[in-house]
Amino acid sequence: MESQALEQAKEIDRKKSAGETLGALAGTTVAIKDNMATIGVKTTCASKMLENWIPVYDATVVKKLKEADAIIVGKTNLDEFAMGSSTENSAFKTTKNPHDTSKVPGGSSGGSAATVAAGAVTFSLGSDTGGSIRQPASLCGIVGVKPTYGRVSRYGLVAFGSSLDQIGPFARNVSDAATLLDVLSGYDPMDSTSINKEYKPLTDVLGSDIKGLRVGIIDELKGPQGFQREVLDAVDETAKLLEKNGATVGNVSIPASAYGLSAYYIIAPAEASSNLARFDGMRYGLRVEEQSAALTNEATRQAGFGMEVKRRIMLGTYALSAGYYDAFYAQAQKVRTLMINDFKQAYENFDVLLSPTSPTTAFGIGEKTQDPYQMYLADVCTLPTNIVGATSMSVPVGVDDNGLPIGVQVFAPPLGEEVMFQVASAIEEQANYNAVPVVGAF
Amino acid sequence: MTITISKDTQFEAVIGLEVHVELSTATKLFCGCANDFGSDPNTNVCPVCMALPGSLPVLNERVVEFALRIGEALDFDVPTQSVFHRKNYFYPDMPKNFQTSQYDQPICMDGKLEIQTSEGTKVIRIERAHMEEDTGKSTHVGSSGRLHGADYSLVDYNRAGVPLMEIVSRPDISSSQEARAYVSELRAVLKSIDVSDVKMEEGSMRVDANVSVRPVGQEQLGIRAEIKNMNSLRSLGRAVDFEIARQIALVKSGEPVIQETRHWDENAGKTSSMRSKEEANDYRYFPEPDLVPVVPTDDMREMVHSSMPELPAQKRTRLVDDWNISDSDARTLVSNPELYEFVQVAVSIGGTDIAKDATSFAIIEVAGELNEKGLAIDVAPITSENLAQVCTLVANAELSRNQAKTLLGYLVDRGGVVSSLVQELGLKQVSDTGALEAIVDEVLAQYSDDVAQWADADEGKRKKLQGFFMGKCMAQSKGQGNPQIFNSLIESKLGN
Repeated sequence: MESQALEQAKEIDRKKSAGETLGALAGTTVAIKDNMATIGVKTTCASKMLENWIPVYDATVVKKLKEADAIIVGKTNLDEFAMGSSTENSAFKTTKNPHDTSKVPGGSSGGSAATVAAGAVTFSLGSDTGGSIRQPASLCGIVGVKPTYGRVSRYGLVAFGSSLDQIGPFARNVSDAATLLDVLSGYDPMDSTSINKEYKPLTDVLGSDIKGLRVGIIDELKGPQGFQREVLDAVDETAKLLEKNGATVGNVSIPASAYGLSAYYIIAPAEASSNLARFDGMRYGLRVEEQSAALTNEATRQAGFGMEVKRRIMLGTYALSAGYYDAFYAQAQKVRTLMINDFKQAYENFDVLLSPTSPTTAFGIGEKTQDPYQMYLADVCTLPTNIVGATSMSVPVGVDDNGLPIGVQVFAPPLGEEVMFQVASAIEEQANYNAVPVVGAF
Repeated sequence: MTITISKDTQFEAVIGLEVHVELSTATKLFCGCANDFGSDPNTNVCPVCMALPGSLPVLNERVVEFALRIGEALDFDVPTQSVFHRKNYFYPDMPKNFQTSQYDQPICMDGKLEIQTSEGTKVIRIERAHMEEDTGKSTHVGSSGRLHGADYSLVDYNRAGVPLMEIVSRPDISSSQEARAYVSELRAVLKSIDVSDVKMEEGSMRVDANVSVRPVGQEQLGIRAEIKNMNSLRSLGRAVDFEIARQIALVKSGEPVIQETRHWDENAGKTSSMRSKEEANDYRYFPEPDLVPVVPTDDMREMVHSSMPELPAQKRTRLVDDWNISDSDARTLVSNPELYEFVQVAVSIGGTDIAKDATSFAIIEVAGELNEKGLAIDVAPITSENLAQVCTLVANAELSRNQAKTLLGYLVDRGGVVSSLVQELGLKQVSDTGALEAIVDEVLAQYSDDVAQWADADEGKRKKLQGFFMGKCMAQSKGQGNPQIFNSLIESKLGN
């Protein structure tokens, strides 16, 4: 990785002195969540299963970064196979929150969020299946975007929930996030679910007038149960700031979001149970040799997967089993349709929606590891966007009494990134967030 | 209604066939790897078909086109959209540990195929045909050659991801003969539309048979067993016959037929249990989220429709009508494309008047002889021009049929120029009435005793006598006399 980075840096120097055109990201440094394939560089998914796996190909996003002259300086820690909300499920390391090292950075893209928050890189890539970019962005006080499903190619992203997964940027400000997302966006013939469309640069919409834009606060995502008072207040404050700038603010209901968490924890594990079946010790990754292929498979998976991954594989396998499919998987897909309709209806009256990104600010390391359900609740505000395939992003707006960052989530309909970035940049400007992490290059 | 079983109870078999066909596209179903039989192990592989983490499938559009052709040829409905599902189970030769297949929304639904049976034409309904990927190939190394007791196993992933169509018939087949006729006709159809090389022996066409039996008159179906591992039409027929007999014997002795998968052992000539229904996998099908629904465009449908070649059944009807040949000869030609091509060229040279002779000479004299020599027709010394010339000589009464056969035998062996061979072998047929009349007169004079019997002879006797005189005349002419002319001369001279 180091030698590749130095090579890339040299190449940019050469281009510059030769007077050649430089890519949009020339001179910036990027870290990549370790569940995206990087040619010649270990891609572990923070799992013993892939501890020594070295891909023979680059993910499409990695190719795009290289083409844009970004310098890739590292791979970042995550919850194993992106399953978790605190990065504590990594098989290798515990990542700490740069604002308070006794707290988690959020997850699953905790490493990518912490790296950017600490100023170690210009930006980083995360993947977001139920909130894995936005929630750690919120907990680390940076900007994190979950793009519309299909806007960014998934080719080379090790799959968790294929119909939910999406790669997106982390940055310290909205403008940087827009710059990076502009590079990442676009059709990829290697990903059948990628949208075939040309995109207007998001950097063009930043700072434009929000007068007359209609902002809706989602009723179901403001607690009170389990929501930190300061977080809810921050959402109201943000709404007021937008109103002051000419937006109209109202309340909106997404009734089906009451079932969001349940639907998500059926669909994501179901897809994961099938996606992770390939880790059988036969072709790559960990192999624990036994007397037969079936026993080798069993022993390999027993040794290679951590608790949370096993839990989700079991949940998903169960949800797809004969006799249970209709009660679980089919039902969850119905909720999906209902939620799509609810959001569609909401957008008849509003241009963007608002909610907390995370019900609370960063929680303590070890605080929720014994209670998976409490951990799952950390994603209650973010997972609806994945379920409906739309876009949303987290923007830092302030801190709580302990100085921990608070993020607000802006929602837009599928391919509504332009209006979302427009509002996000207005929030950024008005909120004037400036908390400095205790760890980092500041 | 259940029927009480006695030793005299008549049974009928109910058979449905599942046929897997490897499509002969240039590349695999979801990646750009070559779809190539016989390459070195694990050379036609890439991140997608090896299921490396992060790789994604992209549907090969040619496979959809092939599926549409099959849809046209077997009279299927092709719904607006079809969907890929994941069929989840673990096996080392399946890289993702799920097979991407189609489930409740296949690309082809409700087709049919006509077959010829001893009782005439029968329509076999086909429930569905769907696209799916093939698995890799395991080789179990050790004394047994099978998984059980193997020292270790090797997997070749070249075949993993090769496109397959699974074609599932309704249980409309009632005997091994019909099963064979169905597979044989299906093979001819698939070959004619150029979607597969349909070789059962090489595994590019695999047939599983669902067999059950029930007393004649009973509506309710019996418990079925699925038979696998038939590598030829012949073994399909044998396996089905064995299974029918096995099940009838069980039912007659009051024992239950168990729903299970059974393995056909070609050498032992019997089926044995592989796994029961209870041991069957729960495949946990769900829609493949990495692929979008398959929606063939109108352009593609139209392109496929307008480029459909003549199907075997259409071709047979055309040959019977235009060439005036028998249905069975038409069948032989259509199921044998090289032979058809050989005759077709001859007919295009000599005209449809010679088609009937050309066909029967080609089937019996040419193909028959070549079969014995184990020689393919396209490398044999005899040419279509040869056949056309021989048939024209026969049509012009310049060569008798027997002489034609002699000549063709010679051409099959060594080839040559027809006109010079006719001279060389002295095969010219004599049709000069004057010369032949002299021979007839001579023969009738020589056998006057026999001639004397003619007046009182009945029809049968007369036929015999006429044949006798004919033989003598042909011998006298050294086989060169025109038999038609001899016949009419003999008849007119003997009178009524």
